[in-house]
Amino acid sequence: MRAKTVDRIATAVIVCVAGFIILLLAALLGYLLVRGLGHISFDFLTSAPQALKAGGGIGPQLFNSVFLLVLTMIITVPLGIGAGIYMSEYAKDNKLTAFIRLIVEVLSSFPSIVIGLFGLLVIVNTFGFGYSLLSGALALTIFNLPMMVRLTEQSLRSVPKEQKEAGLALGLSRWKTITSVMIPVALPSIVTGSILAAGRVFGEAAALLFTAGMSSPRLDFSNWNPLSPTSPLNPMRPAETLAVHIWKINSEGLAPDAPEIAAGASAVLVIMVLLFNLGARWLGRVVYRKLTASK
Amino acid sequence: MIIEIDKLQLYYTDFHALKNVNLSIPERSVTAFIGPSGCGKSTLLRTLNRMNDTIPGVRIEGKVDIQGRDIYSSDMEVEFLRKKVGMVFQQPNPFPKSIYDNVAYGPRLHGISKKSELDAIVEKSLRSASLWNEVKDVLKKSAWSLSGGQQQRLCIARALAVEPEILLMDESTSALDPISTTKIEELTRELCQNYTIVMVTHNMHQAARISDRTVFFLNGEVVEASDTQSLFSNPVDQRTEDYISGRFG
Ligand SMILES: Nc1ncnc2c1ncn2[C@@H]1O[C@H](COP(=O)(O)OP(=O)(O)OP(=O)(O)O)[C@@H](O)[C@H]1O
Ligand SMILES: [Mg+2]
Repeated sequence: MRAKTVDRIATAVIVCVAGFIILLLAALLGYLLVRGLGHISFDFLTSAPQALKAGGGIGPQLFNSVFLLVLTMIITVPLGIGAGIYMSEYAKDNKLTAFIRLIVEVLSSFPSIVIGLFGLLVIVNTFGFGYSLLSGALALTIFNLPMMVRLTEQSLRSVPKEQKEAGLALGLSRWKTITSVMIPVALPSIVTGSILAAGRVFGEAAALLFTAGMSSPRLDFSNWNPLSPTSPLNPMRPAETLAVHIWKINSEGLAPDAPEIAAGASAVLVIMVLLFNLGARWLGRVVYRKLTASK
Repeated sequence: MIIEIDKLQLYYTDFHALKNVNLSIPERSVTAFIGPSGCGKSTLLRTLNRMNDTIPGVRIEGKVDIQGRDIYSSDMEVEFLRKKVGMVFQQPNPFPKSIYDNVAYGPRLHGISKKSELDAIVEKSLRSASLWNEVKDVLKKSAWSLSGGQQQRLCIARALAVEPEILLMDESTSALDPISTTKIEELTRELCQNYTIVMVTHNMHQAARISDRTVFFLNGEVVEASDTQSLFSNPVDQRTEDYISGRFG
């Protein structure tokens, strides 16, 4: 009888906490959307911001966020998966490996503002990449790589030993066993890790203030030559992202409609993250199904 | 003799798991390893396709010749060896792919890409594993939708698809129901006309039913190895007799 009472109380507490969290999330999301949705229009999404007048948009910032995301993931995903494979399958169990694991652990909990400053000192100044998309992408890579490595390592380790041995016993090399037997099984976790990393790219401002910069040059969206300074595709140009833009107009925006723009931009950011999440999950499922013929 | 094992010693770090094993295994026959748990049956089986290489701290002395080649010499390619010496595990472990892809997996990764060729290999392997009739209409279905016994026969087909000459089976029926077990036992008898089969079993009746030769292990040593009938009907060593009459193990 007593066990039952305890069980009931525990269940009630857990349900309450879960309900509270869901409510909080729903309220937050609702607040952002209600405040921002009204301000979103085609014009708002495509036009450039205005410094002093009302009616500015977020076109370049939106593009910058997406482009920076792509650039960062192009660097982060292969490096992270490669290092994760190394850590789980090739690294010997010795002091050096334990040390690397510790570093990865520490790096993954680094405050992003510190990474931003590191990026400013090393990438922007010492390497001379300047305030640029590339600097931003490299800083975000430092920010995200540890998580990617850890997640890949863990997901490979959790592939059943029987699957790995089945591959090896067929005479596949270690590398082929990893790429064609283990990675497909580990894929859902790896995709989830990449989504988390990507979400952090979208939302990150602190690490970008001093690396990708707080301004965006006048972009010419008809110029797709990546070497030209006004081309949106040029990775060496400064690029203010949506998150940085929100921070900037909230703290020093001079346009009379600055609060509305911040609200609209926040809503767009949230929607982008949601869309990206759903899209990546869907893609992960399709790829997984293709690789495994499971229903 | 297709396999010749000469003065083999195996250590897991400092645990001496195989002690001076000398053993010959004839071609196209079924050889069964029996013995109490922990006596080194799986360990010896896994030295034959160098699966122990994946375990850190394993040290091996002595010689294992397969088809006249020293498999632990430096010029032996372990991938080549494992193609020649296939393995079926205790738990059925098909890949999370379709039935067809499971069987076509090895051949594909070894470089065969022509559809007609793969189709032929898949059919032949599934027929050899007596699974063809049950799955020929559902080749695209996930292998995980099959029953345990079917999955194990699929694993046999998958191993056969890379054209091995030796098949190692480590307690491959111990996770299966009696009917599936009988099927795999019958299959083993058929396969030994074309393949050399080395199996580990906990079930002495199974060893007596299907093997040509039986090897009895105790504490990492081969106590007795002879043809199955004489080992079971008049064992030479007292310990063998104790074991098969159920006095220990
Ligand atoms: N990876 C390993 N590291 C250290 N010791 C091991 C390892 N694998 C096996 N051993 C030891 O080697 C001995 C032989 O093990 P093995 O798995 O070959 O026994 P077995 O005869 O197959 O037993 P079972 O019938 O229970 O499968 C056991 O004492 C076991 O504890
Ligand atoms: Mg065993």
